[in-house]
Amino acid sequence: MIKADPFKKTPIAELAPDVRNKCFEEVVLGYTLDEAIAESQRCLDCKQQFCVAGCPVNVDIPGFIRHIKTGDIEKAYGVLTHDNALPAICGRVCPQESQCEGKCIRAKKGESVAIGRLERFTADYIEKNINFKTDKPERPAPIGIKAAVIGSGPAGLSCAVTLAKAGADVTIFEALHKIGGVLTYGIPEFRLPKSIVAKEQEKLEAYDVKIKTNTLIGKSYTLDQLKAQGFNRFFIGSGAGLPSFLGIEGENLMGVYSANEYLTRVNLMGAFKEDAITPIKHGKRVAVIGGGNVAMDAARTAKRLGAEEVTIVYRRSMNELPARLEEVHHAEEEGILFKTLHGPIEILGEKSAVAGLKCQMMRLSEKDASGRQRPVPIDDAYITVDCDTVIIAIGQTPNPLIPMTMKALDTTPKGCIVADDDTMETSVSGVYAGGDAVTGAATVIKAMGAGKQAAENMLKTL
Amino acid sequence: MYTIIRKDRIAGDVYSMTIEAPHVTTNAKAGQFVIIIVDESGERIPLTIANAEQESGELTLIFQAIGYSTKKLAALEAGDKLFAVLGPLGEAAPIEGFRKVLMIGGGVGIAPLYPQIKALYQAGAEVHAILGGRSAELVILRDECTQYTHELEVVTDDGSLGTKGLVTDALEAHLKSGEDFDLVVAIGPLRMMQAVVGVTKRYDVKTNVSLNPIMIDGTGMCGGCRVHVGGKMKFACVDGPDFDGHLVDFEELISRQGMYRTEEAHTCRLLEVKP
Ligand SMILES: Cc1cc2nc3c(=O)[nH]c(=O)nc-3n(C[C@H](O)[C@H](O)[C@H](O)COP(=O)(O)OP(=O)(O)OC[C@H]3O[C@@H](n4cnc5c(N)ncnc54)[C@H](O)[C@@H]3O)c2cc1C
Ligand SMILES: Cc1cc2nc3c(=O)[nH]c(=O)nc-3n(C[C@H](O)[C@H](O)[C@H](O)COP(=O)(O)OP(=O)(O)OC[C@H]3O[C@@H](n4cnc5c(N)ncnc54)[C@H](O)[C@@H]3O)c2cc1C
Ligand code: SF4
Ligand code: SF4
Ligand code: FES
Repeated sequence: MIKADPFKKTPIAELAPDVRNKCFEEVVLGYTLDEAIAESQRCLDCKQQFCVAGCPVNVDIPGFIRHIKTGDIEKAYGVLTHDNALPAICGRVCPQESQCEGKCIRAKKGESVAIGRLERFTADYIEKNINFKTDKPERPAPIGIKAAVIGSGPAGLSCAVTLAKAGADVTIFEALHKIGGVLTYGIPEFRLPKSIVAKEQEKLEAYDVKIKTNTLIGKSYTLDQLKAQGFNRFFIGSGAGLPSFLGIEGENLMGVYSANEYLTRVNLMGAFKEDAITPIKHGKRVAVIGGGNVAMDAARTAKRLGAEEVTIVYRRSMNELPARLEEVHHAEEEGILFKTLHGPIEILGEKSAVAGLKCQMMRLSEKDASGRQRPVPIDDAYITVDCDTVIIAIGQTPNPLIPMTMKALDTTPKGCIVADDDTMETSVSGVYAGGDAVTGAATVIKAMGAGKQAAENMLKTL
Repeated sequence: MYTIIRKDRIAGDVYSMTIEAPHVTTNAKAGQFVIIIVDESGERIPLTIANAEQESGELTLIFQAIGYSTKKLAALEAGDKLFAVLGPLGEAAPIEGFRKVLMIGGGVGIAPLYPQIKALYQAGAEVHAILGGRSAELVILRDECTQYTHELEVVTDDGSLGTKGLVTDALEAHLKSGEDFDLVVAIGPLRMMQAVVGVTKRYDVKTNVSLNPIMIDGTGMCGGCRVHVGGKMKFACVDGPDFDGHLVDFEELISRQGMYRTEEAHTCRLLEVKP
């Protein structure tokens, strides 16, 4: 028996930093059954469940952990999936420290219960034994809903599964050649193995969800044309795929990438493989601009592609980095350098290729609208980061394609689709939306929750 | 899905391929393009829609087998299937409301030019065309273009067909004589489009060019296809591919086109594919 430390999370096995920063194997290896049971004992099964309130979809956290305590993982899985359709994914990628774990009572004195790790353990433990191809779930009788789900990111996936489980006839339309959205093209293999996303596809197929890849709604078919094909409910989960650029000199030099392009080449197109057809530049010195999950993923990917030096350039300080704590910690272990309080002002070029990144030093001033201290440039304080590749990871906004081809769809000035907070219905009756397309770049769990919520409301309209 | 219905070699290493793709043909317009993937491990390659039959759902592409993926594509035959066909992508070319237009195509650029020629002709414009190539064989789609133009000239580098010279010489002759076009459309190698724009700027004639930066998704997600047009950053896959040639930063585009030259030469040597 393993005994848990009341003040510390039960340690979890990870690949050693100098091994993993050269390969794309998953970094965190997960708990064993014994470790999970030990960690579950740390949960105090509180009356006032702050942790549940911290989870965007209010997973019954003490509820599923209670079953782990008794070793009944199947029951734990049942409780978990009642609220969360993608526990294997959320356990891996949720920013737990600012959600469930951040609110856990144990975090007041020591470390919180490792809710994410337990969630991931439960999902992996059960899902490895489910074969959706052979154990086809029973399908309820048709209910007269023929739904078109646009986009196959976490929002679309959870919407589709929720509808299909209730007996709806569901078709997913996805622009890319693989489903998963950011889970497939953005988040790297070493953080979220693609076999987990493949499992989601099997689940969809088990529920007879039709998947039409290579179909860009707004171009291949408009929503009105889908209506004419007999679809009577719509969910837009088209994400926030449009990359932002800085608008500084040198952004179109050879060797400058948006993080989306860089990660898409590697994840979706497999450019990290020896025999890949899609090329990528194997930079020796790589500068990554930004401080979120996307920046961490790009930096750690560059390192794995053989870069000698990878530097994250961020305007604020280490305390304001928006990335998950675990990613920052892993990046540091893997040898990623952090140049905080530096704002890029120009990408320097030589013969049309990147030759350096000129930055201005910053200091923190009063708090801004986001509640974080605002960075202000320091006069005449410049440095140049020596680099041959620059990756821009400063954010994404919703893709304007669907609103452009559907004028009746209301959007905010920032291009987000307007949807009702409760029903997720848009300004067009029968058309629902959720995930990053509505909120702007957010999180997997929020997108998943929105997809499910929209599906439940569509079902209510029967 | 995406079954190849016909494949023909139409000149040198230029092929025409017709594919079953009703999801593309339903809304396809002249000037738009598709992204295809030959097989599961393949690259995403953009190709202009040369023809789209709405009734039958037949999509025709005309392409030059110049590198790894296009050679692999050329090696397929009728009955084979493509792994992916996504489209129609990009904005349609402006077609309505033109009186007299001059269409300039260079080499395989004639393929993407042809659907615009046809559409402008059918919209009632007086269509003049200059088709150019290194030699006679490379001036593709002559018969098809003749059918939809009021006047068609051919120029070749070596004089093996039509006038010996460059498309810009023929263009200059037209403009010098005072002919009044309300639009010039030029599609071909970047250097050719740049040269055409150089001439039409002097005569102040509106000129559209079709840009072909390296693309991945084709949906506005990666930003890899970004170009500067009139000092503004545009994504060729969603804002284009046609832009006002007078505003395009050609030098930047030409350098970005060459970004993977060394990597790609490498792939080609490793994996010889013979169509
Ligand atoms: C690199 C990276 C790392 C991240 N890391 C984390 C993390 O660790 N934790 C976390 O919680 N969140 C993370 N996020 C954010 C998270 O991935 C997103 O919030 C989430 O994926 C949004 O889900 P979605 O379903 O709304 O959209 P997306 O996942 O963006 O999926 C949208 C899908 O719709 C498709 N689509 C778009 N337009 C159309 C159309 N017109 N027709 C058909 N299909 C269309 C797109 O191709 C895409 O597949 C990360 C994001 C990135 C980019
Ligand atoms: C919007 C658009 C429409 C196009 N329409 C057509 C068409 O109708 N017919 C046709 O033959 N070609 C067209 N192209 C070009 C075609 O996409 C490229 O020839 C093809 O991607 C090359 O792939 P490859 O693997 O065979 O060659 P590679 O080995 O990848 O490259 C061979 C050479 O082509 C250059 N190249 C690579 N990618 C592109 C690209 N996306 N565009 C242009 N050059 C590239 C490389 O720098 C290299 O010098 C179009 C391109 C775009 C962006
Ligand atoms: S879904 Fe995310 S936030 Fe909710 S309990 Fe699980 S890990 Fe925590
Ligand atoms: S707050 Fe922490 S200790 Fe209390 S029930 Fe939630 S996870 Fe368990
Ligand atoms: S090809 Fe990716 S944005 Fe245009």
